[in-house]
Amino acid sequence: MCLSIPSKVVSIDVERNVAKVDTMGVTREAGLELMEEGDVKVGDYVLLHIGFIMNKIDEDDALESLKVYNEILEKLDEEERRQMVINDDNCENRGQ
Amino acid sequence: MSELQLKDLYDGFRDPEVISGFAKLIEQEAKKLKKPINIMEVCGGHTHSIMKFGLPQLLPKNINFIHGPGCPVCIMPKERIDHAYALAEQEDVILLTLGDMIKVPGSRGSLQDARAKGADVRFLYSPLDALKIAEENPAKKIIFFAIGFETTTPMTTALIDIVLKRSIKNIFFHINHVTVPEVMVELIDSRDEHVDSYNNRIDAFLGPSHVSVITGSKIYEEFPRKYNRPVVVAGFEPVDVMEAILMIVKQFNEERCELEIEYKRLVTHDGNIKAQKLIEKYFEKASLFKWRGLGNVPKSGYRLKSEYSAIDAEKIYADILPKDEIEDHKLCICGDILRGMAKPQECTIFGTACKPSTPLGSCMVSSEGACAAYYKYGNLI
Ligand code: SF4
Repeated sequence: MCLSIPSKVVSIDVERNVAKVDTMGVTREAGLELMEEGDVKVGDYVLLHIGFIMNKIDEDDALESLKVYNEILEKLDEEERRQMVINDDNCENRGQ
Repeated sequence: MSELQLKDLYDGFRDPEVISGFAKLIEQEAKKLKKPINIMEVCGGHTHSIMKFGLPQLLPKNINFIHGPGCPVCIMPKERIDHAYALAEQEDVILLTLGDMIKVPGSRGSLQDARAKGADVRFLYSPLDALKIAEENPAKKIIFFAIGFETTTPMTTALIDIVLKRSIKNIFFHINHVTVPEVMVELIDSRDEHVDSYNNRIDAFLGPSHVSVITGSKIYEEFPRKYNRPVVVAGFEPVDVMEAILMIVKQFNEERCELEIEYKRLVTHDGNIKAQKLIEKYFEKASLFKWRGLGNVPKSGYRLKSEYSAIDAEKIYADILPKDEIEDHKLCICGDILRGMAKPQECTIFGTACKPSTPLGSCMVSSEGACAAYYKYGNLI
């Protein structure tokens, strides 16, 4: 029940205090009661939980994490390649 | 820097290659560990993610998971479910609740059973749905059986706020919100004088994701400092969990014991202040809350402040709410599982008398509980 999905804010209805958001291509509404007035803007990424926006997703931090992950992948690929060469060098079956 | 896409937020944090990348880094780092470490994931969302993505198989043998108290549904004692049942039985009541709550058996049956017998019990997607139901049923009393950790508590208070501001007269509340840090303390150092201080094998905590979005990481400060247990607040995508494990292992190797945040894209030190203020406005801590499988945990549950008695179903219906204490099942070892002293398979009735369709203990009740997760994904372990 704690599943909270990232969504993008499409529009805001100030009068009803709700935001229209896009969650994996599905549009729906979410209450803004837990957010400070004016804090959520169109285009923001937010986390939804049982019909409310519970917080904004920090774009810089999200991008930073994704960048770190890419670096890990690149580095590991290199290491894996090196490991393969080492393994090959040490292969007991060499020459058989 | 390229702009963030919504797709990145789904896929980027569950990329199988990144997961195995982290598995390799963890393996390298774990070779340096002086002793095996047991990491408790407190939140059921983590348990689910860990089992679903088969993370235990990717980790070296000297890193173990202990599955924590998990989900708000699992820990709800039968006494509270019996309250909901009694309220639902009232002629003029519509009882509303969230999640799997309606499937969990109390001593007279589940809310689903109550519904089969004619009670009007409804399952909501959002507490806000209560407003429409109240409007459509002006002659009925709408009772919201509110459950959940800190993640869900502010949503209940937001509904209370609306009900009071709009002077809606037919919505009432039965509050069962519980808090995480108190139960973490309970698991490593019971403060209840009636309970023996616990044995436990918890070396570090994976801090909950969405609880922490609301509370901020500040609520875990005492764990590294006072209890010598590192805490890393983690998101609950599998990549988040793997990164957090790496951070924990590094702390041990570098002889640090700290509170760190892996889930920086959503968690700050202070959390969502507006949500916290709403909680403070309407709720106060009850001296004890009984957790199914664990017993009474001091200051771990909320109740409405006395000035809001007029909407407090627990007070209004005090006469009809059952007061009997109900023991947990004799053979159930959930308490030991939660403290890392036992695994679900060690329970003598695991998978036989106790299974998801007939849960006898808290850990089997919802898919987020440890026994249910082992039952479902057991062939992977
Ligand atoms: S299998 Fe059932 S009875 Fe046994 S510990 Fe788990 S929840 Fe309790």
